[in-house]
Amino acid sequence: MVSDTSQILVDTATRLFEEQFTARQRVTAESGQWLDAQWQAVEDMGLPLALVPEEAGGFGLPVVEALDLIRLVGAFAVPLPLAETMLANRILANAGLELPGGPLTLAPVRPEDRLTLVRRDGGWLLSGTAHRVPWGRVAATVVLARCDDPCDDAGQDGQSFAALVPAGQAGTAPDVNLANEPRDSLRFETLLPAESVAPSPGIAPAELHALGAAVRSIAMAGALGRVLAMTTAYANERSQFGRPIGKFQAIQQHLAVLAGQAAAARAAGDIAAEAVAQGGALLPIAAAKLRCGEAAGVAAAIAHQVHGAMGFTHEHSLHFFTKRLWSWRDEFGGEGEWGRLIGREVARAGADGLWPLVTAA
Amino acid sequence: MDLIAFPPPPDTDVEELRAEVRAFLAEELATRRPQDRSRSWSGFDAEFSRKVGQRGWIGMTWPKRYGGHERSALERYVVLEEMLAAGAPVAAHWFADRQSGPLLLKVGTEEQRRSILPRITAGECFFCIGMSEPDSGSDLAAVRTRAVPVDGGFIVNGTKLWTTYAHHAHYMILFCRTGSADERHGGTSQFLVDLKTPGITIRPIADLAGEHHFNEVVFEDVFLPATSLLGQLGDGWNQVVGELAFERSGPERFLSSFTLLVELVRALGPSPSDHAAAAVGRLTAHLLVLRRLSRSVAGMLQMGENPALQASLVKDLGAIFEQEIPDIARQLVDAEPSQQSTRDFCAVLAHTILNVPSFSLRGGTREILRGIIARGLGLR
Repeated sequence: MVSDTSQILVDTATRLFEEQFTARQRVTAESGQWLDAQWQAVEDMGLPLALVPEEAGGFGLPVVEALDLIRLVGAFAVPLPLAETMLANRILANAGLELPGGPLTLAPVRPEDRLTLVRRDGGWLLSGTAHRVPWGRVAATVVLARCDDPCDDAGQDGQSFAALVPAGQAGTAPDVNLANEPRDSLRFETLLPAESVAPSPGIAPAELHALGAAVRSIAMAGALGRVLAMTTAYANERSQFGRPIGKFQAIQQHLAVLAGQAAAARAAGDIAAEAVAQGGALLPIAAAKLRCGEAAGVAAAIAHQVHGAMGFTHEHSLHFFTKRLWSWRDEFGGEGEWGRLIGREVARAGADGLWPLVTAA
Repeated sequence: MDLIAFPPPPDTDVEELRAEVRAFLAEELATRRPQDRSRSWSGFDAEFSRKVGQRGWIGMTWPKRYGGHERSALERYVVLEEMLAAGAPVAAHWFADRQSGPLLLKVGTEEQRRSILPRITAGECFFCIGMSEPDSGSDLAAVRTRAVPVDGGFIVNGTKLWTTYAHHAHYMILFCRTGSADERHGGTSQFLVDLKTPGITIRPIADLAGEHHFNEVVFEDVFLPATSLLGQLGDGWNQVVGELAFERSGPERFLSSFTLLVELVRALGPSPSDHAAAAVGRLTAHLLVLRRLSRSVAGMLQMGENPALQASLVKDLGAIFEQEIPDIARQLVDAEPSQQSTRDFCAVLAHTILNVPSFSLRGGTREILRGIIARGLGLR
């Protein structure tokens, strides 16, 4: 059962997103402009704090319900780092660091990027390069890094720390994903005051990668729900040969497949959300990211086929969703990476351990 | 925004029950070979079904006064999925537990329920489904078998086809015409038919593997007493449609090839290549999500909803999954399929390849399911 607070939050957010994120705003964002007024509206509503526990200044929402906001981010192709900010605030709160307000992002997002912290001048020196950081050029970055010092105090050698790096403090090489959402490389050689760094219990870079995968899965489920709705509506509107194309069996069968992919993604997104709520078990998140990624490809192809040439234009809104799906499926690990992880876990469990692994996930 | 809801399944603690079922199966199936396990829910063993009945695992959700156990739909789901995952021979009691029993509970007379349901739950009374006919496959409303009212009952003439395990079943739920052929849906009814009734002939039909599951069941001037009418006269179509949500969403709609996945993992061993690990990982991910969708439908059934649309989605996605497992397995392990092989993988692969074509035919073809989904989307 969804609590009343959550339902109110989702309803209000839906209204806000409907109002604030029209095709015109998405085009503006795609051209590289930061939607400041829209971000303010999102922040005024407190949405970036949805995953923060009550004692740290959040709403104290159940995690699964807070993550429903990220489904809306996908469903409205919100061109702002709301999902990233929600996660970053949760990580800051978990580390007992102050929440700075404003847009936040996370680094590293790629498992091969290593960032390190050493003590320097009563504070910390953060070093390393993080590639393809979402919205890195505009947001302050919450970094997860290993302490490379023989950090003698409290035997914390090798422990993960969370650090808050204000925007503009890193060497920035801008890049984008297919939807022109910023995905920037950040080169850190940055001195940070002591109060900006704290141990990050339970959330190391590997957990961050999984959290990111969960969040992208949920957003993909939202985008796929929207793509299904748009494509169904189009099939009912567009007439050829004297009747709506949705009356043709060939189109109906396509749409039924699209509906199956949207349903599978929705279930996968729910699996991911529950896994995050229960402490971030890897297997269900891996399965969710893989399944949503696969659904994204199949569904986007059908949606474009049904929309015909209209859906291939920039003027039509379909591409805002399909370009995000084609991007998000590879962010925080694609089907190959997560498939290999699950496959190795299955191999470890062995043939007779497969079913118990499935029912425990 | 969401055209089709799949609410989270109820959070029921079932682990104790699961452990019980696993222990039972480990003992009962200790010597069952992988190629026999791969028969999945086509495996028939009356003795096994009796033991399952004794454990209280047939008719689990039904009222106790009819021999049921008043447990939740999710508890029943656990028993089903554990049986299927283990490749247990469940066919004898499967159809009665899944749809005939629930149908009797819903529309049967008190006498019908009292006389039949306790025998089903004991694992001693088996059912078959009399829907399809030679000229009525996907177009179920076109059935021609007809029951004509006579003094004290009905006289039935016609032929049912693809009737799985009719040769072992005690009863058939017969779907046939009782009104004019013009009123496609309105003129149909269902009957509870004792297969020992004179005038019924059951003939085997071998499938492409040469096995005998299917039958042709011919009715020649068969007299059915008035008490055998099931539900309302003329209400057959609505009753059948209600049955289908139970028929289409269960774990049997995505676990039919599971034994091959198990043998694939065994054949690949503890250190699969990256490519093989990714392929097995992908199948496992699909399995997790299908299971979630299917359990969600079980939850909706428990709430008394009619998730016909969601059930069709589960079955459509499930059949794709079941059917692609052999194609993927044979690309990862060098082996030729052979039912005679002493290599488990080869034997299971062979059996699975020979059976997957039926997975998108039985219980509603892929095209029919997708038509139902399209209607649910508002396209028809």
